[in-house]
Order: sequence, then structure tokens, then C-alpha cells
Amino acid sequence: MSARDIAVLAELHQEKIAPITYELLGCARALAEAAGGDVVAFLLGGHVEALAGQLAAADRIITVEDPALAGFSPEPYLNVLENLLQTETPRVVLLGSTTIGLDLASLVGARIQAPVVTGCTRLQLAGEQLTVLSHLYAGKMCAEVEVTRLPAICVMLPGSYRERKEGGRGQVEVRPCEAPLPAGAVTFEKMIFPEAGDIDITQQDILVAVGRGIKQQENIELAEELAEALGGAVCASRPVVDQGWLPTTRQVGKSGMTVKPKCYLALGISGAPEHQEGMKNSHLIVAINSDPKAPIYDIAHYGAVVDLMDLAPVLTEKLKARKNV
Amino acid sequence: MKISVVIRQVPDLIEPLTINSTGTWIDYEEAMFLVNEYDDHALEQALLLKEAHGGTVTAVALDFGDVEETLYAAAAKGVDRIIKIPYTGEKSPSPLEAAPLFAPVIASTSPDLVLVGVQSYEELQGTFAPYLAHALKLPYAGLIQGVEAAGEGFVRAYKEFPGAAKALLRVQLPAVLGILSASKPPRYVPISRVRAAMKEAHFEEQEGPLGEPAPGIHVKRLFYPEVSGRAEILEGSEEDIAAKIIQIFEEKGVIS
Amino acid sequence: MEPIRVTFWNVPHWAELGQYGLGFLAVLIFAYGTWRHVRIWRRGKPETLSGSWTDRVKNFLLFAIGQKKVLRDPYPGVMHLAIFWGMAFLLLGTILATVDWDVTHLFFDYQFLKGPVYLIYELVLDLFTVVLLIGVGMAIYRRYVTKPDRLAATVTPTFPLDSLYLLGILGLIALTGLAAEGFRIAAQNPPGAAWSPVGYGLSKIFQVFPHDTQLALHFGFWSLHGLLAFGFIASIPFSKAFHLFSSPINILLRDAGPKGSVMPVNELGASAMTDFSWRQLLQIDSCTWCGRCQDVCPAHACGFPLSPRDVLMKLNQQLVGMTKSTNGAKGNNGDSLHGTIFSRDELWSCTTCMACEETCPVLLEQPRLLVELRRHLLNTGGMDTEVQDVLMNLQRYGNSFGQSAKARAKWTKDLGFPVKDARKEPVEYLWFVGDYASFDPRVQEITKKTAQVLHALGIDFGILYDKEKNAGNDARRIGEEGLFEMLRDGNLKELESAQFHTLLTTDPHTYHVLKNEYGFPRKTNGESFSPAVLHYTELFERLMVEGRIPVRQALNLAVTYHDPCYLGRYNGIYESPRRVLNGLGARVVEMPLNRADSFCCGAGGGRIWMKDLPGVTERPAVRRIREALHLPDVSVFVTACPKDYAMFGDALKTVGAEERLRVADVSELLHEAMAIQAEETKPS
Repeated sequence: MSARDIAVLAELHQEKIAPITYELLGCARALAEAAGGDVVAFLLGGHVEALAGQLAAADRIITVEDPALAGFSPEPYLNVLENLLQTETPRVVLLGSTTIGLDLASLVGARIQAPVVTGCTRLQLAGEQLTVLSHLYAGKMCAEVEVTRLPAICVMLPGSYRERKEGGRGQVEVRPCEAPLPAGAVTFEKMIFPEAGDIDITQQDILVAVGRGIKQQENIELAEELAEALGGAVCASRPVVDQGWLPTTRQVGKSGMTVKPKCYLALGISGAPEHQEGMKNSHLIVAINSDPKAPIYDIAHYGAVVDLMDLAPVLTEKLKARKNV
Repeated sequence: MKISVVIRQVPDLIEPLTINSTGTWIDYEEAMFLVNEYDDHALEQALLLKEAHGGTVTAVALDFGDVEETLYAAAAKGVDRIIKIPYTGEKSPSPLEAAPLFAPVIASTSPDLVLVGVQSYEELQGTFAPYLAHALKLPYAGLIQGVEAAGEGFVRAYKEFPGAAKALLRVQLPAVLGILSASKPPRYVPISRVRAAMKEAHFEEQEGPLGEPAPGIHVKRLFYPEVSGRAEILEGSEEDIAAKIIQIFEEKGVIS
Repeated sequence: MEPIRVTFWNVPHWAELGQYGLGFLAVLIFAYGTWRHVRIWRRGKPETLSGSWTDRVKNFLLFAIGQKKVLRDPYPGVMHLAIFWGMAFLLLGTILATVDWDVTHLFFDYQFLKGPVYLIYELVLDLFTVVLLIGVGMAIYRRYVTKPDRLAATVTPTFPLDSLYLLGILGLIALTGLAAEGFRIAAQNPPGAAWSPVGYGLSKIFQVFPHDTQLALHFGFWSLHGLLAFGFIASIPFSKAFHLFSSPINILLRDAGPKGSVMPVNELGASAMTDFSWRQLLQIDSCTWCGRCQDVCPAHACGFPLSPRDVLMKLNQQLVGMTKSTNGAKGNNGDSLHGTIFSRDELWSCTTCMACEETCPVLLEQPRLLVELRRHLLNTGGMDTEVQDVLMNLQRYGNSFGQSAKARAKWTKDLGFPVKDARKEPVEYLWFVGDYASFDPRVQEITKKTAQVLHALGIDFGILYDKEKNAGNDARRIGEEGLFEMLRDGNLKELESAQFHTLLTTDPHTYHVLKNEYGFPRKTNGESFSPAVLHYTELFERLMVEGRIPVRQALNLAVTYHDPCYLGRYNGIYESPRRVLNGLGARVVEMPLNRADSFCCGAGGGRIWMKDLPGVTERPAVRRIREALHLPDVSVFVTACPKDYAMFGDALKTVGAEERLRVADVSELLHEAMAIQAEETKPS
């Protein structure tokens, strides 16, 4: 590997490739196409060789399989990554701004003494200089950062790049773990999933989302009637779930589900970055919020600055009337 | 259990922040400050652990922003020791500069567990919590949504995963945990208690060496992002808007 | 022979001595029992009395003697007055008889109960015995046949069936007294016997008995009457009957300052009985268990887990328990009152509307007790996270909306004319706008109209812009006394450095604390600072009387006016808004619950920040709107409070009655009646 490559840490979720990985590959491909070098994906886990083929946007896919990598325990991952980065010497290492990426980025950066930039949305590579656009202050401000010392580790915000699922050479290399991996002081025991018995909002085509603007628990009924009239389901932003008005299985956002429905009708949702992360790739976003400055309007396709309590019943009625005609 | 907590001050975002004269960072003169939300949760988690299992809680903070207010509130909440680190910098230190500053002070408290907020919205060059763990040579796990004691020398920590899932981690102490949220939301402390704390509480001071800024990385400029691609706003009465929405749904094939 | 009272007629000497002996014993026991109560009151925290003694004596005459509040409910009112005056006169009769025999006769060989005086005496006593019996009869019927909700107590503080005991023993005392009289008249056949109509009537029946039997039965009933009476006297401190003493004392020692004061007793609130003040313990001991407070409580009516009656009775039961233990007398087993007899939801249900206090016949201060208990919850984290967030916002930003202080005056931007900055220039009226009026988008429209009306009327006014903070009323009623002080001090600092004549506000909560709880007059820079405080309806009334309000389009509408709790019950302002509405050409049609009986919108006491509780059947504001919808022809529901405006607007939508009724603020109606044009809103 030359010191010109772009490395991507592939992430798994429930034994499948997590969508963020394809976005990181999209970013890596864009960098490689502009500045040269290979896109190298690091695929770590318990059983991952079968998944390597899905990372066809990478030129090389290095898989490391080990039982210690089955669940996320930091030390085994750090150990493997450190070793990989010693043999492979990429210019840039891309991680997702996720529960795994955020943990590893600064730890790896500290161990190999590489600069780390978080909150990245755009990268430009020219020779040995990397220019990064980053978001901070809850998305309110942007920083343009110049990195002159490489390798650099960039933690990418979800939704910054389009997914790439092919376009690379797709060459798979299996790296065995020679020595047993150190377990470390923090060990993964098990994954705890929210209670089942509710619908899977990630599979719905139409979602009616409620936010703080719904104000009272009874008003969720309005959303449910609307959802029913549309043939969809109700989901919510974090504050609504925190109140206990809807179960966590309905939560959309950074700490909830990521959804990409055909239609996302946001009622009384302000559109904080954490929520946007969970739905910004929806095909059609319609936002109803009485505050004309709500950030949701930045990503919505259509919007109306009215009180959702006034609009929702009217919309429901019209939809029902349509069906009866 | 001896728990040490790092409390950071961040600028309040309720009013737009002003950019400094060089355009490379914000101007702190104009800003109001408040405690970093995740550090507030870290403090709450520490207090909950103390209440459940005994021990002491030490809070460590930089003398920056409106830190006194936060520290008196912390004292009123039941923190046993409060250490302020003198700091004369004009802006908050970056994570790499802050880690060596905090590490010796925290090490001197001989903690079993160090709790820090997993992030702050001022962080750009990495995040402070893992750097602190590295400087302390302690293990680290972040995005923790609750900590429980688990027998001698261990705690259980719940790490957030997508889809409202959580990973149960077993953590051997001593360790550093990056807190996302405490098992319960941060408690409210009535003003009368804070006032009482102002009379009784005593802050210690301990210095640490400020770290070097990260080499090979510098902020060229800080700016307000342009708002692009705003939504098309539908006008009219609720009847009009509802009709337009239905039309859009029909056109986009959402409804047949 | 002259009619004269022959005390101890047909009573052997030993019985006469026995009567004095037992009487003395009864009084001793009574004194001991009363002393036990007083000892408990003394275990309460200190409290200084406020207000003047003149006011206090006035209260005593009006409410203790005059029983003014009791008559608010006709049936129970008459019933209680019958018992009260019946007993009062009988007691007076016994006192007179004692003086007649044991003082004037004993020492001066003179009796005044003779001749016409005696006959009138006999007549009055007979009549009032009947009155007493009627009262007792009405009470028994009510309690055991009608069985109203408010008498279905969940807790009996003293002993089971205490209420029946009280009615029973009074009834029996009356009946045995009449029986003894009947037998005496039958046997004695005294002159003027017909002046004791009941006794006389009974004596006719008793003629069937032979003379000896009459004498024996007379003595028997006389003895029984005596035993019952002494038994009753001795039992008073140990039964519900103690309110005969505690209630008038409570009325006399009542806080005679501004209404609804919630001056804290303890910084940390109350978790044990001894955390209350001595006066609060006296109050708890004075509760007559009548249940009127429950009947008028809006929270209770809507299914909240709160009944002011139960709060008092539970506390009363704890007091009784305190006579048995000598320690700090907490709730069961030395635990705190919280979680044992009081639930959090129960305590947070109160809106501090003061309907309970207003209706209480013995002038208890229920809201103050609740706030004291709440303060403990607040200090121990026993509240919703929503409330915590609001309190943090109040601390940080001085408003409950969590918005920057700079956004407080945003509503002034599209006004068309500049609003004076009272921080920088002198103004006649300093308009203290309030949080809801400044930040809530619906209410902002009203605030703008109010400004336009004031401008059109040529009123010189200004606001404090960013420096205005929440006045602190609701923070205090939630129990955050420290926050209240912080907000108050912040506001006072601005007020003291501003130059103005009068404080004006559109918000009754703000009005109440500015007027009554900011400690005016204050010494500022050696001068006395005591600004006049006006609610905007008072100002409009004044202007209307001066003929300064041009009504271009009289309203010609039937409207109904909702009395805000903090304007009406708390501050007695009922007529000003009505006169303003009349002056605009509107016909005010009253809802059944108007003026002091007004039904709270449910927002007060911090409830507007709290989430709904399960089990609530309908929200108070919804219930109130439905009450208004019963009025034919009325098309406007008029409010004079920003929170009312917001709550009732929402309630109207919930009910879906926007076709029939609209919610309008007084300012809106003025704006319409004055037909203020856009041009008039430009700077002159």
C-alpha cells in the first residue's frame, strides 16, 4: 500500500454492513478520484469474510476475523487498527461519527499520534494537504480546517456523502490474527434490544412524525388518524419518546432509528441535527411547524407555517373523503 | 468508589455567537456560558453511584466561563471535593491541549472511575474524553447511557447503539467513561441550596501543564453555514394547504 | 304566684352536689383535652401574625359569629346556623341560670329569672331547642339519606362515627331537656307554663302518668340530661366538636394581610407535622370536615388525585396521632408525610386557584399548606423533569420559555410605532408585560393589540425590554422560594432605577406579586418606594369613566367574562372588567360560576408547565368552556389574563366549538370597538 491510500473503517450493525460505511466509501472514492490512491476498507468482526463482497466500492478490502471482535470491545479493535495502520499507511482514515467511530477515532489518533478532526462534512485532498469542513456548535457553525500532517483521522457526519456500493476493484485480503487479541478492561457482554411487539418504522413507506409541537399525549391521536388515512405509521423525535408518549421503537434520530421512507411528514418537529440525522434521506419531506425559522425547513422539500393542530384534522378529513369518492 | 468528574463550560447557543477578529474562532467576550450538557449528566451519574454504593465524588473544572455558578450548584448537589484548575487562555483548550492539563489533577485524586461528558459541541480536533483516558493510561468506553456497580472493582456500563439498542459492557476499574446520559436526568438543585453552598463550599486549586496544540492542524476560518435548499413554503388557509399537500402526495406517488 | 326559675326543683341534695361535682370534673377533663391541643399547636414552627387586629376582630364577628361563609350553601347553611344558634342560646340560657342561682341568689338573695323576664327566657329557650332539633334533623337527613359526595370522607381523624356522635348527643341533650321540662310542668303546673310551648305541650301528654311517676321521670330525665351535657363537654376536645373552639380562635388569629400569602415556614418545606407553623397546626385542628373545599376544587372536579378536604382531614388525623406520641410526630412509623399519606401527584395537582380558601367557612389556608408540602418535594427532586427544565430556564434566562432574554420584546417589532424603553427614559406607566404575553405566539397578538390600544389612547408607557424577568409568582407557588427571591430582586433592581408613576400589567399573576409580594413600600436610597400597581382593566375602566375611550363600533354582543383567579379571588377585582365591557356596548351574561366562584382554567401554581395526570376526565379549561356554551346567545368568551387566553383557546379547539364561541381578550374587544386603523398605529 502506498502512503496515498484512503482507509475506511467499515461498521457492522447486527451482522450487516451499516449504511454509514457506504457513505464513508463514497467520500473515499471521491477523494481517490480527485487525488489518486486506493480506497482500502478495514472490515473487522466475528464473521465478516462473507460480507466483504458488499464493499465493492473499495479497491481493497482487508478482513480481520476473530471472536474477540464479535461484539464491540475497544481494546481488540484498537489493537487490530493500530497494527493495520502500521502496515498500511494511508493518508486519511475515515470513520463514521457513530458510537464505534467516536470511541476509536481519538484513541487511535492518540496512539499513532495522528491529528483527528470530528464533525466532518466535506473533505478535499491535494497532495499532502487535507482541507476539512466541519460542523460544530450543534450544527450552527462551520469550520474550515487545514491538516498538513498525515495520516489524519476524519470522523464523518452521517448524510455528508452519497453512498457508494461499487466502483472499486473489490480485491479481498484476509488477514488472520496471529496472536490472541488482548481483551482489555472493557469487554462487550451482550446487546440489549428494545422490546419487540411494535412495528418496525424503518420498513414503513409513509411516516407521520411528531415532535414537541404536539404538546400533549392526547394529540398523538391526531397523528395516528392522519397516519391511518395515509396508510402509514407514527414515529417521533426524541423529546416525545423521552416523555413516554411513544415507545423507543418509534424514535427517529441519532439515538433512535434511521429511516428513509417515501414520505416523511414532520409535525411540530424543529429539526435539530440529531433528528435530521435519522431522516434526512427520506425521499419526500413535508414539514409542518408554526415556527418559520425551524431548522427542519432546511432539509424539507415542502413546508407550511401553520399550527399542526389546525392542519392535521383537515388533512385527515380530506384524505378520507378522497378514499370514499 | 472514588469517582472523579470533569465539568466543562461551553458557550450558550441561545444567542448567535460572534466570531473573533481573526475569523478563526468565536469571541468568548460576548458569550454566556453554561455547563456542557453531557458533563452535567456525568456529574449526575457520579452522584447516583455515590448514593447507591457509597464513596466520594470529586469534580474538576477549568477556571473558565461561568464555572463558579456550576461548581456551587455541584457542591449543593452533594459533590465532596471541588478542584479548580487555573487557566488564563482566551478560548477553551482543544482536547489535545486539555488532556495533559487535567490528567495529573485527576490522577492525584486516585479515582476508581472517571466520568466525563462524551462530547461537547466545541470539540473539533478529536474528543476530550478518550484523550484524557489515554493521558491517564486508563481504558475508555464512550456514549454511555447508564452505569451500575457490578461487584468489587467492576462496573456495568450501557453503550448506546443505533435503533435504541444498548450494548452491555463490563468495565474493570479504574477506567474512564464518556457519558451520553445518566441513569436519571440531572437533578434540580433549588436556589436556596446553592446559596447555602456559596457560604460553605470551598474550592481547591491545582495546576496542570497545558498541552501543546495538535501539530499539523489549524483552523483556517470559522463561519456561519449558508442555509441552502430551503423548503418550498405552501401558503393559504389550512384547507388550501391540505389540498396542496394531497396534490404533492399524488404527484410523488405517495398515495394513489 | 310569680313565675320564677326554681333551679334544682325535685332534685335531692346529693344530686345537686353531684351535679356540681360532675360539672367540675367535666370542665377539668375539657381543660385537659384542650391543653393537649394547645400543646400540639405549640410544637409548630414560629410565625408572626400579619395584618391589624381591627381586621382580625372584624373577621371574627363576620365569620365566627356571623357565620357568613356558611350560608354560601343554602341547605347546609341553614342547617348549621340552626345548630349553632340553637346551642348558642341554650348555652346562654345555662349561663344565665347559673348566674341567677349561684351568684345573685346565693350572694344577694336575688333572682332575675322571674316574672316576665323568666317567661321570655323560657319561650326563647324552648324555641331554640326546637331550632336545634330541626338543625340536627336536617343534618342527619343530609348525612344519611342524601349522602352528598363531600361528606363521604375517606379518613376520620378522631374516631369512627364522630359526626354521628356529635349530632346524636346534641339531639339527645335537647330531647332529654325537653322531656325533663315536660315532666316538670306536668308535675309542678307552674304559672305561665304556656310560655314554654314545647314543654307545655309535652306536659299535656305526660298527664297520663301518676304524679309520683312524673316526679321520678322528671328526675330521671334531668339526671340524664345532666350526664349527657357533661359527657359532651368533657368529650369536646377529643371529638370533632373541638372545632367549636379551635375554629373561632383560628378565625381570630387568621392572617389579615393580602390574600393567598404563601410565606414559607420552612426553607426546606414540610415533611413532618412539626414542620408546619403553630398557626397552621391550629388551622388543621380547626377543619370541620365540611367538604366544601372539595366541592369547589377544579382539580378534584376534573379527576385529579387531589381533594383539599382529604388533605386537611389526613393532616388532622396526623394531629390526633401526635397526642399519642411525643416525638416529632411524622406520619406512620416516623416516616415522612410524603409517600405515606400524600402522593406527589396529589400535591402537584393544585393550581392555587384559592377556591377552597375562599369557600372555607372557618377561613383555612389550604393553598399555603400545599405549597409548604410542595417545597419539600422540590428540595428532594420530587417533581417532573418538565418542571425542572422550566425552573432552570427561569434561573438562566429569566423566562419560562427557555428563550433568550433578548427575545422578550420581539413582539414590539411589527407594531408600527416604537415602544419606549423604560430603562432609559421616564414613562408614566411602566408596563410589566409578563412571560406569556411576551413569548407565547398566540398571546403576542393580544399584547400587540394592547400596545396599539394604549398608543391610540395617548397613554405614555414603556417596557423594560430584556431586563424584565418573570415576576416569580408561579416559581413561589411551586415551592422554589429561592428562585422567587432571585427573580424578585432582579426585577426590583430594574424598577428602582427606572422612572415611572404606575406599574401596569396585563397578567394577573404578575399583578398579584407586584402588588402584594414585592415588599412595598421599600426603602430605596433613603426614600420610600411604593409604586401604584394597576391591572389593565383597571386602567381602561378609569379611562372609560373619564370619557377618554372613543367607541366607534359598539360591540352589540352578548359576552361572558371569565374572572381570573389571581385578579378576582386574590385581589377582589371583579367589576372593573365588566364595566369596561358594558362601556363597549357588550352585554355581559354571567356563567353560573362567576366572580368569587369562578372556575380556574387549570394553569396556575405551575401546572401549565406540568404534564397531564392519568385519570383526569377533562381538563379544567374544557369544563369551563362547556359551562360557557350553555349560555344562549353568548358568542364571545372574554379573558383578562394571558394564560387564560392560551388555555381557553386550546380548550375551544378541543371541544370543537369555534363556530359558536370565540375567545377574546379585553384588549381585543377594545381594539375592535375603537376600530383602530393601521394608520393610527404609526408614530404620531
